[in-house]
Amino acid sequence: MKTILEAKNISKVFKIPEEIQILKDISFSINQGEFVSIMGKSGCGKSTLLYILSTMDTDYTGELYLDNQLVSGQKSDVLSHIRNQKIGFVFQFHYLLAEFTVLENVMLPAKKLALKSNEEIEHDAMEKLRLLGIDDQALKISSRISGGQKQRVAIARALINHPTIIMGDEPTGNLDSKNTNIVFDIFRELATEQNLSLLVVTHDDDFAKRTDRIIMMEDGRIV
Amino acid sequence: MQFRLLLSISKTHLLTRKKQSIIAALGVTFGIGTYIIMMGFMNGLNGLLDGLILNRTPHIHLYNEIEPSIKQPIDLYRPYKNKTRFVHSIKPKKIQAKIHNALPLIAYLSKQKYVIGVTTQVKAQSFYLGGSTQLNGVLSGIDVEKEKELYSLDQYIVEGSILDLKQNEKGILLGAGVAKKLSMKLGDYIQVTSKSGELQALKIVGLYQSGMADVDNVQSYVNIKMAQRLLGESNDYITDINIKLKDMTKAPALAKKMEEQFGLKAVDIQTANAQFETGSSIRTMISYAVSITLLIVAGFGIYNILNMLIYEKMNDIAILKATGFSGRDVRYIFISQAIIIGIVGGILGLLMGYGVSVIIDNSKFETAALPTIKTFPVVYDAKYYIIGIVFAMISTFLAGYFPSKKAEKIDPVDIIRGQ
Repeated sequence: MKTILEAKNISKVFKIPEEIQILKDISFSINQGEFVSIMGKSGCGKSTLLYILSTMDTDYTGELYLDNQLVSGQKSDVLSHIRNQKIGFVFQFHYLLAEFTVLENVMLPAKKLALKSNEEIEHDAMEKLRLLGIDDQALKISSRISGGQKQRVAIARALINHPTIIMGDEPTGNLDSKNTNIVFDIFRELATEQNLSLLVVTHDDDFAKRTDRIIMMEDGRIV
Repeated sequence: MQFRLLLSISKTHLLTRKKQSIIAALGVTFGIGTYIIMMGFMNGLNGLLDGLILNRTPHIHLYNEIEPSIKQPIDLYRPYKNKTRFVHSIKPKKIQAKIHNALPLIAYLSKQKYVIGVTTQVKAQSFYLGGSTQLNGVLSGIDVEKEKELYSLDQYIVEGSILDLKQNEKGILLGAGVAKKLSMKLGDYIQVTSKSGELQALKIVGLYQSGMADVDNVQSYVNIKMAQRLLGESNDYITDINIKLKDMTKAPALAKKMEEQFGLKAVDIQTANAQFETGSSIRTMISYAVSITLLIVAGFGIYNILNMLIYEKMNDIAILKATGFSGRDVRYIFISQAIIIGIVGGILGLLMGYGVSVIIDNSKFETAALPTIKTFPVVYDAKYYIIGIVFAMISTFLAGYFPSKKAEKIDPVDIIRGQ
């Protein structure tokens, strides 16, 4: 099994409002095709850990490898490129660009990567939307669709550049049980059929139990 | 860098909030438009006022000044050299108004490189006779063609034509004030006499109006030969030489040199009309101050709108950064919005400035003081249009630079977690 993501001795200290060590010496790894969830109480540092793993937060000590490439200490331009190419995000609050159409939202990261022509990107994007069953919404402005649909658009956007890992920060936290199941099934399918790795922070016990592995956190440590 | 992608994002931002974008652009439009209108109008007025005096004034005027001799005979007497000498009641010597050796002098001056042209005049103190009335006046004998060419005399002829004077040896371009006082009109004959007693009946071929009543009440123009005949003098009798230079600013230095060289009084244009220069430069300064203030206000407007936009777009910025756009990309997105506003607003400003200038240019403006002016004077100088658009670009760039710098630094984690 190929290791996709590896964290070595990651620690982080919040200095504001007062000095707290939020992450203490965290080490773990995720393999290709593995569907992993992180659980823990509020404030245990699970989201903080996710944002460090996502390369957006660079203020930590320790080493982070993505696809066997050292990510820690890289310049922000390089990190942007890594995020663009290798990581797909799904957040709790959908986070689509409200003024753009669904299709444009999905196409944006691929246009940024600029490896393909606009026609190919559009074709890819339509394919992802079809995969998620929302291709009929493609030309709507993204603020005009429902919450469950928005989350699926966000997943389509996360998939557009064929990332090596998808990260989610409570991707189902804002959805009803029906939509939660749809999102879970999509994730599960991605892991088994496309051999994608998934790392999801969640509060939802049922959701977590159905993943391959649960990482439990408490007070900044893995337990 | 994919400018087209970034531009398409900023285009969407601008187009989905049309009202704000239009207001921001209109700020620039009014700033630039006002600048162009002010500069065009102010410079038109400056040109008009300068023309009123400067165009008609020779750059150097040579004549014989009647003044007492600086060296009195006693100054030359050696025994009294170191004594204090008093001479009471010095009077000027009677000298001729005629310039000695005028013709060779004119020929010499005409050949100089720094000279555009030389005109000669014969000034004759005279009286206009109309019925039982006698009016004091000054007749200037002129070379018609040259006066027209160098000093645009034809622009001050309100009735008749300057060419008629050239063709009619016994013609006169009568001062409009004189004509009014004597109830004379075009085609009438007027009796003119000089201090030599010569009497001539001259046909009024044109009315001359300078716009300054003091001049129009005394000044008239005749052919140079007629002036010489009135004075009973030969054709080498010339009282004034007027020189037009290629570079007006050299007039004071050249005038000083000529005074020494020819032993004549030489008056340069700067000495004669110092107040006009000052007036022009102050008017230009005021118009710049007002326009720049307008543009700065427009700049703050853009700054404000972009700042608000960035607060509203925090989520978008966070998503763009999370999905792989770098801080620099985000900065370019916002700065390009400012520049687009600047270009669109600036070009509209140029059009507005030009349009209003044309309207002003065609508005009626008639005043007795300026007989040949029928509409407001406006200058269309490409320089002002270029300065306008450049300033629009600079001010909108600066207005966009600081907010976009802020957008570049926004930490996506703060935004995503904060919700």
